[in-house]
Amino acid sequence: MSTPTTMVTPKFDIRSNSVSTSEAAKISVSHLNFFYGRHQALHDISIQLPERMVTAFIGPSGCGKTTFLRTLNRMNDVIPATRVEGEVLIDGENIYAAGADVVELRRKVGMVFQKSNPFPKTIFDNVAYGLRINRVTSNRAELAARVEEALTNAALWSEVKDRLNSSALGLSGGQQQRLCIARALAIRPEVILMDEPASALDPIATSKIEELIFDLKKQYTIAIVTHNMQQAARVSDFTAFFLLGKLIEVNTTEKMFTNPNEKLTEDYITGRFG
Amino acid sequence: MEVHRHLDEELDRLRDTVLLLGGEAEAALRRAMHSLVDRDVSVAHEVLEHDDVIDELEVEVDRQCIDIFVLRQPAARDLRFVMSVAKTAPLLERIADHACNIARAAIDLTHEPELKNQIRIAEMGEIASSMLAQALDAFTRSDAAAAREIIKRDAEINDLYNEIFSELIGMMVTAPATATRDARLLLVAKHLERIGDYVTDISELTVYMAEAAIIKHQRGNL
Repeated sequence: MSTPTTMVTPKFDIRSNSVSTSEAAKISVSHLNFFYGRHQALHDISIQLPERMVTAFIGPSGCGKTTFLRTLNRMNDVIPATRVEGEVLIDGENIYAAGADVVELRRKVGMVFQKSNPFPKTIFDNVAYGLRINRVTSNRAELAARVEEALTNAALWSEVKDRLNSSALGLSGGQQQRLCIARALAIRPEVILMDEPASALDPIATSKIEELIFDLKKQYTIAIVTHNMQQAARVSDFTAFFLLGKLIEVNTTEKMFTNPNEKLTEDYITGRFG
Repeated sequence: MEVHRHLDEELDRLRDTVLLLGGEAEAALRRAMHSLVDRDVSVAHEVLEHDDVIDELEVEVDRQCIDIFVLRQPAARDLRFVMSVAKTAPLLERIADHACNIARAAIDLTHEPELKNQIRIAEMGEIASSMLAQALDAFTRSDAAAAREIIKRDAEINDLYNEIFSELIGMMVTAPATATRDARLLLVAKHLERIGDYVTDISELTVYMAEAAIIKHQRGNL
């Protein structure tokens, strides 16, 4: 994929109370319903995630934000008795269409989880893992170059370049999380889904992850679930508020945190319920 | 479900403090004009002596706003309220400073013969006082419509200022012996005109607080 050098930010005009962005939707979700057995967890969700922007999903526990995030790369498929209705288009293609290639989807849409989960392998092998199983390259020099690229993009290279053959489990929690981001970046995805990526980290490590997200959006479309509203305010261009499985409001983050359209949103972000 | 928020108590306390500051600024203006019109030097001195209390209140508002920003990270209407209070407090303090300057002019003018323009300046003072009182009411009620009406009234005070300005300049030319007194009155009129501007700024902040709309520098688009 191309690597733009400029960063696009959505514009919120406080005088006209209007939002504009020149970016097209990378992901377009229409009338999405999701069921765990007979329980409906998501109700008629429609949202667009603009390309090369960060969209944060916020809401109280159990509101469906993580479930929704996981519908974007069909991670919920592995849970028995789940069912999806509606449409999720990535670059115009429905990822739930019959015959959709799930392996290719997960290559295109990487994921970082709440708890860092490095493999009990070396730092190098962790990052190279996806490249090897996807048979991206068998050339050692090329593999090393791709690992370096991923670690550099994850802002970890300078900290680990002299110990690539050490165990990844010896890294700090923040470094392990950035290693997992590097692992996701290694296969050059186009979208990165992050499920509370900094919730278990200290403020310094959190700050590094947030800076990294800011840098990554130059190249990637990012969706992030967070419980930390200040974090959503700091890192995202758009914020979507979920409640009881419904998408209540999606707006520019600036508008959402200064003057949301919906009273429910206002009550949630001002701590009046939840 | 509504939950109890400690932030609400802090916002209430902040509202009380800024309204106290507003009340003090209002009283300072009213008393300064009384000292000028009724030639009451003792009241003028009281206005000057009381200014420290107003300065302290402004600092207290600053302190509370900083605490809320840092410790509570307010959002949405809470954010707009704290932001508006933080910007309103210095305006009120400056209004009180202008009242002090009017009180000083009252002390200087008290031994001079009265000039007929003083009557029109009293009228200007009435308008400024009433605008300030209404602006504080609108702020308390978060009433954007009332705030917009107050902004329109700024033209009244500006027109009166221009009339008084022309008259006083005319008197300086025709009766140079009164020039010192005319100049002092001209400064009083200017202080009142500036107070009208600050009241307008406060009203614009009320509109922002209530509607999240920034209307400053857009007088044609109220």
